[in-house]
Amino acid sequence: MAHPPLTLARATELLRTRQASSVELTKQCLARVHAAEPNLGAFLSITEEHALKQARAADERIARGDNVGPLTGVPYAVKDCLNTVGLRTTCASKILRDYVSPYDATVIRKLNAAGAVMVGKLNMDEFGMGSSCENSGYFPCKNPWDHGRVPGGSSGGSGAAVAADLVPYTLGEDTGGSIRMPAAFCGVVGLKSTYGRVSRNGLLALSSSFDSIGPMAWTVEDVAQVTRVIAGRDPLDSTSLDAPVPDYAAQFTGADLKGVRLGMPKEYFTEGMQPGVAKALLAAIDNLKGLGATVQDVSLPHTKYAMPVYYTVQFAEASANLARYDGVRFRTAAEADDLLNLYLRTRADGFGPEVKRRILLGTYVLSVGHYDAYYLKAQQVRELMRQDFDKAFESCDALITPVAPTTAFKFGEKSADPLAMYLSDIYVTAVNPSGVPGLSVPCGFADGLPVGMQLIGPRLGEPTLFRIGHAYQQSTDWHLRRPNSETTA
Amino acid sequence: MTATDFEPVIGLEIHAELQTRSKMFCGCPVLDPLVSEPNVAVCPVCVGLPGALPVANRRAVELGISVGLALNCQIRDFLAFARKNYFYPDLPKGYQISQHEYPIAFNGHIDVPGPTGRVRIRRAHLEEDTAKLVHASDGTTLVDFNRSSVPLFEIVTEPDIHSAEGAMAYASAVRDVLRYLGANSGDMEKGVLRLEANVSVRERGTTDLNTRTEIKNLNSFSSLGRGIELEVQRQIALILSGGKVRQATMGWEQAENDRDRVKLVEQRIKENADDYRYFPEPDLRPVPVSREWVARLRLELPELPTARADRFRTAFGLSAADAELLTADRALGDYFEAVVRGVSTPKVAANWMLGEFMRLLNEGGGELSSVKVTADALAELIREVEQGNVTPSSAKSVLADMFASGERAPAVIARRGLTTLRGADALTPVAEKIVTDNPAQVAQYFAGKENVFQWLVGQIMKATKGQADAQQTRTTLQAVLEARRPK
Repeated sequence: MAHPPLTLARATELLRTRQASSVELTKQCLARVHAAEPNLGAFLSITEEHALKQARAADERIARGDNVGPLTGVPYAVKDCLNTVGLRTTCASKILRDYVSPYDATVIRKLNAAGAVMVGKLNMDEFGMGSSCENSGYFPCKNPWDHGRVPGGSSGGSGAAVAADLVPYTLGEDTGGSIRMPAAFCGVVGLKSTYGRVSRNGLLALSSSFDSIGPMAWTVEDVAQVTRVIAGRDPLDSTSLDAPVPDYAAQFTGADLKGVRLGMPKEYFTEGMQPGVAKALLAAIDNLKGLGATVQDVSLPHTKYAMPVYYTVQFAEASANLARYDGVRFRTAAEADDLLNLYLRTRADGFGPEVKRRILLGTYVLSVGHYDAYYLKAQQVRELMRQDFDKAFESCDALITPVAPTTAFKFGEKSADPLAMYLSDIYVTAVNPSGVPGLSVPCGFADGLPVGMQLIGPRLGEPTLFRIGHAYQQSTDWHLRRPNSETTA
Repeated sequence: MTATDFEPVIGLEIHAELQTRSKMFCGCPVLDPLVSEPNVAVCPVCVGLPGALPVANRRAVELGISVGLALNCQIRDFLAFARKNYFYPDLPKGYQISQHEYPIAFNGHIDVPGPTGRVRIRRAHLEEDTAKLVHASDGTTLVDFNRSSVPLFEIVTEPDIHSAEGAMAYASAVRDVLRYLGANSGDMEKGVLRLEANVSVRERGTTDLNTRTEIKNLNSFSSLGRGIELEVQRQIALILSGGKVRQATMGWEQAENDRDRVKLVEQRIKENADDYRYFPEPDLRPVPVSREWVARLRLELPELPTARADRFRTAFGLSAADAELLTADRALGDYFEAVVRGVSTPKVAANWMLGEFMRLLNEGGGELSSVKVTADALAELIREVEQGNVTPSSAKSVLADMFASGERAPAVIARRGLTTLRGADALTPVAEKIVTDNPAQVAQYFAGKENVFQWLVGQIMKATKGQADAQQTRTTLQAVLEARRPK
């Protein structure tokens, strides 16, 4: 490793002790971004000027000692589904190629207020529709551990940018695994927050009842720090939760997990898992036991319905959420002699194939004659899934499961078969319909590629997930291993 | 069968803007469409920008509940919205946030004055208005988002109305309720109240619900009445000639041979029901509507126009027609009640209000709030008349003066010297002069032509500019004439 990893904690420390200025750190990150791009494909836009301006302001703030927090002056990058004033927000879709939002997402406003420095907008599957980042409307993002493999999706850029040590942390968005999957494939920590914990205002919606914003970073501690800043009730988001945001780090207990009850849902430990993944996971469970946690078997009997429920509702909500991209306001088809053709051409031209597929399926499941059999049924089963979790959390504090059945797969391996691609989300999709939080933590390697474990907590159970994840990272070093330049050539 | 064997079956939908300060799902102001520049009340939410989220307007929900209560509806114990999906340039999100399965109010009714009687309300729900399309002369279409997401309350009846007049009476009664609650100004010309009629016909004596057509864009009560009449005639003629009514949306069209005449034509044939792919709005999760909240809103309901009209009839002895006129507008009713408190006979106050007062009010633009005459001042004027201090005919001109100057009645009467002439002292000289000046008429009177007496009274009135007390004028004239009667 050419340099010690620039975690958030280290960046904060460098700034606090005046070993580096925000401008220096920002230039350093920008230099790494420029060195990695465009080869890596993590960044859709590099906001250099904006970043340096924020960095200079942060340095002044630090010099004044004016409300300096852990994020003040530290560079980060954000998935391109979050609105940023004056900078392009594309959701990796051609339909928003030149879209500039007149307002900031609430999380961006909070990060701005905290003095954070945004260096760019990150690649993703178009509108979050994908598990590999291959569905970006612009270019795919590669996995820093192996450029022949996908970084996971849809927040592929957010995972790759941290894994490649380009920025200390990123923001992602998780609708059905979109943070946890790339976190596992890239060997970083990623939080899918409790639904409503983080405001969705200014987040370009994929599936409104699933979408959850969360940070990705090297350590659980860093993820907890960022979560603390971006979480909280927002009057602009009626679904945001009115619950106080705790100081997560204050609840850490070092490497001690005495009294913590972990559940292993039997439906998640079945055939089909890559052996190296299963092995890493079981070793991680042993490690957690060694830290004092108890582990018991639990059952989430409706797990087998998670995929159909998730995709049915997601397609339905997405079909409505994407209706606004009609060419009237954001991007007009060059030639259209009537309204219908304006709609048809704009959307035919602007959306990629996966987006079109999901809009069609979503329109179908909401149609008269199909609504009851699909959408309504899915919502009913969704309630049962929620009850499964509620019941499991009566006897345990958190669940431990794999994140993905395999390590990062190769480009093209699944992109020809949508169903195979959907199945890579098998362990992560149940979390979103139930609104509970999920934390992906690196827990080893299989054939040289990172493996992640998923910790699932009850609604607003982030403190427990962070405590467990932090304790685990106190006794392991998987999260500090980075891809080296030889393997990434 | 002939045309008279048929009976119309009509259901109405009223779309009323709820005139809150801000829009249904964002903080943008609700503007007067007649005076505002386009696209000045817009934000990411009501323009449907990516990432913007709706937040329900509590005041709009309260108004919806209040209107529902006033229409005797049940109020649902939770508030839930749904997305109604369709593409149109006036609908920026590609869906309208509305209520579908769970309207906030349902199963109500209103008792319409007159022959229409009780009309059942099937449901009333909250939704957001669309933007407004402006078609420019060069063929382009512009979108004005000021109206986008303004709160709307859609009130849907059962098919309980059986005439155009009934539909108009119902619509007018609902408008009065909306205005009483301060929910809607009722200004049809501003488009804040829009009507749609569902019309079918059936053989009298049957209870069939036959294929209906829908008449949209009815922007006045008269177009509502006219539209229903035309559509009923069209359907009857169609059936009598062996045709069948098709489910369709009807639109207005100018007759080819007469530019002043309009007719209804089938605008859009509906083969099957529209598929709006309704589903629960995930951005606004259902919230409970507490019984306490509803109970408080019920307590705050003002006395409604029909109840008030009943009270005016029984307590004040007014005719049904007068009572209805005086209660259609809440402020006018309040004004009337204040006048009544200052006079001895409510009926007299009603006559003043509906006569001279209304005439002057309408002449001045019809805005009660800009009238300078307070209810107390009008009552004072009526008392002056009742006490004989000013004659009724003078009082009319006194009121006109009060409207213009804002002065109180005694001041106007004194300034203009309009105090009634009473008593022999004041009237005898006038009578003497009239009798002296008109010897020929006096001679006729003495010759037995009695109606000349009335002419002479008129001359006295004229000479006193109507200020003479009528009864005393007669007595005095009688005395003067008798003194001169030839022996």
